[in-house]
Amino acid sequence: MNMPTIDGRLMDSNSAPWLLQAEDIHKRFGNHEVLRGVSVRARQGDVISMIGSSGSGKSTFLRCLNLLEQPHGGRITVDGEALLLVADKTGALRAQSTAQLQRLRTRVAMVFQHFNLWAHMTALENVIEAPVQVLGLSKAEATERAEAYLQRVGVAHRKNAYPAHLSGGEQQRVAIARALAMEPRVMLFDEPTSALDPELVGEVLRVMRSVAEEGRTMIVVTHEMSFAREVSNHVVFLHQGQIEEEGAPREVLARPQSVRLQGFLSNSLK
Amino acid sequence: MFDWTVIQESLPAFAQGLGVCLVLLGLSLATGLVLSVPLAVARVSARRALWLPVWCFTYVFRGTPLLVQLFVVYYGFAQFEAVRTSPLWPLLREPWFCAWLAFALNTTAYTTEIFAGALRATPHGELEAARAYGLSGWTLYTRVLLPSALRRALPQYSNEVVGTMHATAIVSTVTLVDITRVARDVYANHLLPAEAFGTAALIYFLLTFTLVGGFKLLEKRFLRHLQTERRPAAVQTSPA
Repeated sequence: MNMPTIDGRLMDSNSAPWLLQAEDIHKRFGNHEVLRGVSVRARQGDVISMIGSSGSGKSTFLRCLNLLEQPHGGRITVDGEALLLVADKTGALRAQSTAQLQRLRTRVAMVFQHFNLWAHMTALENVIEAPVQVLGLSKAEATERAEAYLQRVGVAHRKNAYPAHLSGGEQQRVAIARALAMEPRVMLFDEPTSALDPELVGEVLRVMRSVAEEGRTMIVVTHEMSFAREVSNHVVFLHQGQIEEEGAPREVLARPQSVRLQGFLSNSLK
Repeated sequence: MFDWTVIQESLPAFAQGLGVCLVLLGLSLATGLVLSVPLAVARVSARRALWLPVWCFTYVFRGTPLLVQLFVVYYGFAQFEAVRTSPLWPLLREPWFCAWLAFALNTTAYTTEIFAGALRATPHGELEAARAYGLSGWTLYTRVLLPSALRRALPQYSNEVVGTMHATAIVSTVTLVDITRVARDVYANHLLPAEAFGTAALIYFLLTFTLVGGFKLLEKRFLRHLQTERRPAAVQTSPA
């Protein structure tokens, strides 16, 4: 029996469990409420695009998922394991157990807008670092894995180069390899092409598309409407810290219901 | 004009003076390096109980001249009966020990601030990526923060090393026979200031030159990741 869930996707009785659930996330900076109860859930293989104008809170939401930002309310569950959160004296939530946070972070890998590769390490060293230090892989295992993923994203020939000697597109592809090498349950992409020169955007989007086609679970904050339309199976439109509209890209992007999404899409021109 | 024979005859003494200078420099820098890395980590800590004592230490030692610090340790402490009867007295009456103590603490103070500055200048994104990938605590420091900061601190640290080397000239005031003390002896014996101090200056200059050259090599090795890459044209045009 198929029944529609609140977010419009079909849920059938034998569907996979949620890999990631973020429920009712609240976040404020000072008195400014950036997120006012945002919930996003992902199953195995989901590619969720989060769109919205700048300041809508989409990046902040993504960064709350691995606690790079401390939310002020909400629940985060990864792979069925609920992250235990306690409020600090300012009311922001932090992980109760560092060990649990670490474990969660190894399952949720992030790709950043500005790549954030470690500048003193070569491309290869960047990719093997966390698998060796955090996952406990041997250096040989990690290197083998890293080389395969560098090959996968098309920068294997530059594996001994330092980030500063790579183009923006190459750096971001190394960063994607670094995320893949964790073999995470969920990959988070925080505006992965926004810092790239226009001619380098394509190579990164192609890699992301092929990663999505492997059936990996991705949550992508993006301004690339073509990616949202063609690659993702679910689109979330955020406006002023709340979900204004969400659903299948075919629906949401082709027939936006809300005036705000209509306005946003007509301005983005793609 | 220039009395070369006096210089030639005093060369063995200058060589011994050079030895004193290098041993003191080596001991002080080694102590300074070992102490300043953990102190720099404490200095950038958010915890007041950690950064405040380190801040006080570097403030005092960078706020007073090294010569005064040396005199306090060598002459000042000896004034107190308690020091003269303490078990540390056999050490504190030794000029070598006092020079090492003063120089080590002084260079530790400066080096701590250099490393702390480099730690603070770590690109925020790299720190964030490290956290996002599960690195924390000890691993975060030993794998990302310190390797990146110590490399970036290299040019500034080389200035500190050369400065400390020049400063060793003042140990001649606490009876150690270093290069400067040898020069003063040569001057006193022969009344030839140009020969005596000219030779000392040349030795210091060669030392500086060697140290700077050594650091240039280190920078070439450890700051490769920040330099513009020179790739031969053949590699650039080869198919990927």
